[in-house]
Amino acid sequence: MDTAPANDRPDDQRQLDRSAYAEVQASAEFGELRGAHRSFAFPLTIAFVSWYLLYVLLSNYADGFMGTKVVGHINVALVFGLAQFLTTFLIAWWYSRHAAAKLDPRAQAIKSRLEERS
Amino acid sequence: MNPQLLAAESASDNRPLIVTLFAVFVLATLAITVWAGRQTKDATDFYAGGRQFTGFQNGLAISGDYMSAASFLGIAGAIALAGYDGFLYSIGFLVAWLVALLLVAEPLRNSGRYTMGDVLAYRMRQRPVRTAAGVSTIVVSIFYLLAQMAGAGVLVSLLLGITSEAGKILIVVLVGVVMILYVTIGGMKGTTWVQMVKAVLLIAGTLLITFLVLLKFNFNISDLLGEAAKNSGIGESFLEPGLKYGVNATTKLDFISLGIALVLGTAGLPHILIRFYTVPTARAARNSVNWAIGIIGLFYLMTIALGFGAAALLKHDDIIASNKSGNTAAPLLAEEIGGGPDSTGGAILLAVISAVAFATILAVVAGLTLASSSSFAHDLYANVIRKGKATQEEEISAARWATVGIGTVAVVLGVFARDLNVAGLVALAFAVAASANLPTILYSLFWKRFTTQGALWSIYGGLISSVFLVLFSPVVSGKETSMFPDVDFHWFPLENPGLISIPLGFLLGWLGTIVSKEQPDKEKYAELEVRSLTGHGAH
Repeated sequence: MDTAPANDRPDDQRQLDRSAYAEVQASAEFGELRGAHRSFAFPLTIAFVSWYLLYVLLSNYADGFMGTKVVGHINVALVFGLAQFLTTFLIAWWYSRHAAAKLDPRAQAIKSRLEERS
Repeated sequence: MNPQLLAAESASDNRPLIVTLFAVFVLATLAITVWAGRQTKDATDFYAGGRQFTGFQNGLAISGDYMSAASFLGIAGAIALAGYDGFLYSIGFLVAWLVALLLVAEPLRNSGRYTMGDVLAYRMRQRPVRTAAGVSTIVVSIFYLLAQMAGAGVLVSLLLGITSEAGKILIVVLVGVVMILYVTIGGMKGTTWVQMVKAVLLIAGTLLITFLVLLKFNFNISDLLGEAAKNSGIGESFLEPGLKYGVNATTKLDFISLGIALVLGTAGLPHILIRFYTVPTARAARNSVNWAIGIIGLFYLMTIALGFGAAALLKHDDIIASNKSGNTAAPLLAEEIGGGPDSTGGAILLAVISAVAFATILAVVAGLTLASSSSFAHDLYANVIRKGKATQEEEISAARWATVGIGTVAVVLGVFARDLNVAGLVALAFAVAASANLPTILYSLFWKRFTTQGALWSIYGGLISSVFLVLFSPVVSGKETSMFPDVDFHWFPLENPGLISIPLGFLLGWLGTIVSKEQPDKEKYAELEVRSLTGHGAH
């Protein structure tokens, strides 16, 4: 098996022995961090991709609906497109709030402990 | 009178002004590059700009790296000609950032060092996976480069009123030389500053045009749209989806294919991914994506004013006569809104917007060249050819030579490709990135069982299938707008391969893994997972 070259094994000086990582990975604390990321990011990704695909599909197969006028010359298609902008901004803001509250403190705690060990 | 001649003529009147603005931009950015080059001492400086940029600075630079000629000129032109259908690009290009934000930016920042290959090869056998990552980085970047070079040739030639073939070639060569200078002298630091300057110029220029367009319609967007629909000669359906992609079942599938490629491509673009290494922490990487989403989002919102403004205020025939795919709609709009072709205001605005477009192209090609030469030097040269025994100096020197090599290849291809459709090439780069890179990035980070064989099947499978399908698509042959319009060997009906090649990339990654006898390296996955989520040991 090829081994990683020395200059590519990051963190040469502070490298933990590899079992330490497995130990951390198995810990309840790390499980919480992973859960807090995955349970937020995965469903949200599925949600925004579906929401975007809905927009693409409606543009394709529901032109009557998308062409409906809302105000003046502004139609449903434009409102739908602008809604994609709005949801993108909101999701970015929401994720960052979640990360600051639920991910950063946990990550920092585990990281500090790992640094003490090495 | 022939509008192309007209545009060329009015351009030649403005030539001194345009050339002066171009020269000012090039000289100013070269000065920044030399200054940045003096501070570039080690590999971290060259590849990652010393990792000392703030989230805001990197957010600006990401925006400068991302908003290419395809965004600025291509989308404005697409909306001006195809109405609402052109707007899909804006939405897809923006929503795509959420994939980067939620899944890729932070773990990549935490666990990688200089290239995309660092993360792809982390748990795997280094040499085969790094080779694959390097090949895929270079292929994606060259497709993207090709689009920018072609755009530069067409645009600058038109704006400067250069019609001779030799003149056009000279422009492409000039762009190549400047881009090689940026990267070899300034490395990531110089490139980042060039991209920041460009982002500020692009946003300022776009804000100005948007303001002037809206002013003309008393800030009534409905009136603007109504005038665009009327002036387009198509009527209300100009404002509805389907004008370009709603023709038949095949074009509708093409629309879906394009939509998927756009939304999944961004998080697999190597020149975007390496930007996350220029900030010190994962938190800063997150902030930079947030800034980028804000800046890029604002810009794409303004493409509505740019595109529909061009449709409302310019003659459809003039846009087409100037450039078949509408690539010059934004500069023509600037001229019109400044007071028309014969006015001083029009001349100044045209010159300013042309300079902004030129800056846009230069900043993007610099980012692309840096990404591919970094990958060549770090993945292929240092880790595969020299098996990790190269010194830092040797590695950086390899990167500099690779820059010259890749720059030369881009210039040569750019000379031959100068009549190609810019937007199609960029969408193609997105499709290749989403098929070859994204599946392996996600599997590597989140799937315990993923193996070297899975990574190789996915990267090469996604890469080969997407390029192969394009080769036999109408982009290359069989249509008037094809690369080779006079021959026809196409059998794949779609212009964008994403609909087939992206699921195939994911499928092959999964299949390659479950049929391989190789056991995944559990300890290395533990290391990658812990580091990617906590930032422990991050560089």
